[in-house]
Amino acid sequence: MHEHDVLVIGGGGAGLRAAIAAHEEGADVAIVTKLHPVRSHTGAAEGGINAALREGDDWELHAYDTMKGSDYLGDAPAIETLAQDSPEETIQLENWGMPFSREDDGRVSQRPFGGLSFARTTYAGAETGHHMLHTMYEQVVKRGIQVYDEWYVTDLAVTDHDDPEDRECHGVVGYDIKTGQIEGFKARNGVILATGGLGQVFDHTTNAVANTGDGAAMAYRAGVPLEDMEFVQFHPTTLPSTGVLISEGVRGEGGILYNAEGERFMFEYGYANNDGELASRDVVSRAELTEINAGRGVDDEYVYLDMRHLGEERITDRLENILHLARDFEGVDGLEEPMPVKPGQHYEMGGIETDENGQTLIDGLYAAGECACVSVHGSNRLGGNALPELIVFGARAGRHAAGTDLGEPEITTGRTDDSEPEEDLDTPVEPGAVSAADEDVAADGGERTDDERERSERKSRQTPSGDGSRSSSDVASDGGAAVVEPDETVRRAVERERTRVERLMEKEEGVQHAELREDLQVSMTENVNVFRNEEGLKQALRDIREVREAYQDVYVNDPSRTFNTDLIHTIETRNLIDLAEAITLGALARDEFRGAHWRQEHQERKDDEWLKHTMLSWEDGSPELWYKPVILEGEDKTYEPKERSY
Amino acid sequence: MSTQVPEEQEQSETDEQVDAETEVEMGGGASYGDQRRAERDAQREQSVSGAPADIEGETFRLKVFRYDPEVEGKMEPRFDDFAVPRQKGMTVLDALIYARDRYDTTLTFRHSCRQAVCGSDALFINGRQRLGCQTQISDLEEPVRVEPLPHQDVVKDLVVDMEHFYDQMHAVEPFFQPDEEPDGDLEEYRQTRENREKIKMSTRCIWCGACMSSCNIAAGDNQYLGPAAINKAYRFAMDEREGENVKEHRLNVMDQEHGVWRCQTQFSCTNVCPKDIPLTEHIQELKREAVKQNLKFW
Repeated sequence: MHEHDVLVIGGGGAGLRAAIAAHEEGADVAIVTKLHPVRSHTGAAEGGINAALREGDDWELHAYDTMKGSDYLGDAPAIETLAQDSPEETIQLENWGMPFSREDDGRVSQRPFGGLSFARTTYAGAETGHHMLHTMYEQVVKRGIQVYDEWYVTDLAVTDHDDPEDRECHGVVGYDIKTGQIEGFKARNGVILATGGLGQVFDHTTNAVANTGDGAAMAYRAGVPLEDMEFVQFHPTTLPSTGVLISEGVRGEGGILYNAEGERFMFEYGYANNDGELASRDVVSRAELTEINAGRGVDDEYVYLDMRHLGEERITDRLENILHLARDFEGVDGLEEPMPVKPGQHYEMGGIETDENGQTLIDGLYAAGECACVSVHGSNRLGGNALPELIVFGARAGRHAAGTDLGEPEITTGRTDDSEPEEDLDTPVEPGAVSAADEDVAADGGERTDDERERSERKSRQTPSGDGSRSSSDVASDGGAAVVEPDETVRRAVERERTRVERLMEKEEGVQHAELREDLQVSMTENVNVFRNEEGLKQALRDIREVREAYQDVYVNDPSRTFNTDLIHTIETRNLIDLAEAITLGALARDEFRGAHWRQEHQERKDDEWLKHTMLSWEDGSPELWYKPVILEGEDKTYEPKERSY
Repeated sequence: MSTQVPEEQEQSETDEQVDAETEVEMGGGASYGDQRRAERDAQREQSVSGAPADIEGETFRLKVFRYDPEVEGKMEPRFDDFAVPRQKGMTVLDALIYARDRYDTTLTFRHSCRQAVCGSDALFINGRQRLGCQTQISDLEEPVRVEPLPHQDVVKDLVVDMEHFYDQMHAVEPFFQPDEEPDGDLEEYRQTRENREKIKMSTRCIWCGACMSSCNIAAGDNQYLGPAAINKAYRFAMDEREGENVKEHRLNVMDQEHGVWRCQTQFSCTNVCPKDIPLTEHIQELKREAVKQNLKFW
């Protein structure tokens, strides 16, 4: 068993920042990542980092823009923290040597981005994320922080108390991709999930193939609620054939969108008379699809993004990477022709519920970055706000996990008196666990775990729960004591994973993950995309159910213990199923139009009813929906919801 | 089930048969999922039965290196052929994914971002180091031959051991060591646009390892730092904000037996770099700097 004070799961922006912060507080910290840190998807971020650095700007303006951009679904304490900490964190990166673009006076450059009242997006060409990732990895090397690369974390070691709020996280289970060994990792202080996005739920996405939402799915099944999962950001400018991202920086620098008839539709059709192409992402995505659906798209599929008029010098200076992407992946020379673009899945705004310090309701478990939802993006993330989120909340989670007192958070986690259950959601199928005909038939086909089954049976027998936390095996192993030792918790989790993997490997036939993943992705893209309606959402739930049932019969074809990607993708697919369901359930329940969540039958923002976060808890193998109010009270003022006009 | 197509295998079923099967499976109120599954089955059927050359121009032959140290039948390295349908804009990575997901799920390779920034799919494609995701099939001659990066230990199929590459990168102290702190909390280390421009290309390295794999010298001298690590050193040595002492230290590291002087200016690293970094030029510049430094102390 490996043992450290702080374990960081994921080696991207949030993970690296968390590890550095924990290390600076004196903790023995290790990073466990299924890739190698420099392969993480933060490296693909292009645009920039919003930070109020210059005269005429201040954190309050940044917070206001973000609150408005979120369509008043962000929590003010989280947003204000983001805006307050970002300048220092951004300059910290600069001080570590990040090669930002420069002004004539040698200071870092900033540029305008959508939805911002000040040009506060700090950038390094159109490859800001690449430089951020490498700069932080350099600091990890400098500090000698241990990295377990190509180790896939497949489960959390969490105690099995009835009430998730009583549970504790003592570590994780890691699968060594190179050798096939499964081993326990114990965390003396805390585990920080920094596992990134879940774009692989959809089939047209800017996300890497590795972005399968592992951390969010693991935390969810361990008892942490997922928050606001229905808010999926679709980026308006992705290349049609691959989903490769064309940065908002292009529009920030003055790029123009045209339909097939050569009309500058953002203005001419009045989608955003004030801001045109620089309206926020949800607005532009819908405008593009409306054009395409009205028959004014090119090849019925995309529109044009034109930057030729910016001139070669400016393009090369600030957007050079875009020229390479358009050439390599679409065969288009951005200096000579307009680039074809269409909306694509880009960012999951919801995620693991945390407070401002990255803490979840399970003691010892933290989350930061895209996998988390401290609620800075609400229903629509502004461009340039993901990278500050990584460093601000990555650093806070790292410090807190290392034992530093960051003060009492204002955001509460878990259910409180304000929580409100969802009572009458009409779903076409029962979401969550399927009952397996034969318990041994599936390794992990959505079955309940033994612990879950045990808990559920105890509840149904209505026996007094006593200390309530133990399954029969606990009684046997610890002689009835209420407390399970951390080592034992990790050991048990390892055993569970070994059994799960053995079953997947031993099974000789059945269905393979690639088919299931494709079915899931196609249905999600068809039914839970930019435009949504009740019928489609219900269809998606049926499809997810079908995939979940089929997954009980999944098997791994490759018998090898060496670099078995077949096995890895199979385990990832289970995570995608749970997350797809969470997105769809939240979307079906929210019958209003807010930010990125557009509903055909409900074309208005319903503040009276819906100024609340969608929460989803995994209860004995089934998802349960509930709500908690949005916090609009900031440090000095309350943010009054206003109409978003661009 | 093994679905790879032996090179010499003849086509034994016609396309009509495949269509007929598809129809049967799709008959009578099949759900959308069923329909997709039927299409997939049909495709799979086609790949097993049809030798690539027999389907004129519609498919191409993907020839992939296979090896697994612990699976019987794969311990002896070999090439497998896959028939992959041509699609506009298809890259080598797309083709590998197609072959893996439709024909043989044991086919193993690293990949993640699909946009030439994660650096994990550097491969030896038709005799040259390239990123799978950045290489269009239409630019290649048939058969498209994919092998693991040469001069690196093969772990399995197309996956190579990157440890040595990482060790070399770490050996050059790859982190910023500026001379003095900037004044004030929110102050930057000022850098001129010219200096940023000078180091810009060197900062684009994605650690894919293509350059190391293409370098004859690195192949023969395991201790040679190699083009990627030297380029990393260049990024810092040329940064005007690192002081003279640090630069001197960096140049000393470069000036060692297995440092810059090993480079014989063959330009192979520069030729294969997927990010167009002028690696050879950077190595030469560090040689010049090292000479200048030695002269100064002489």
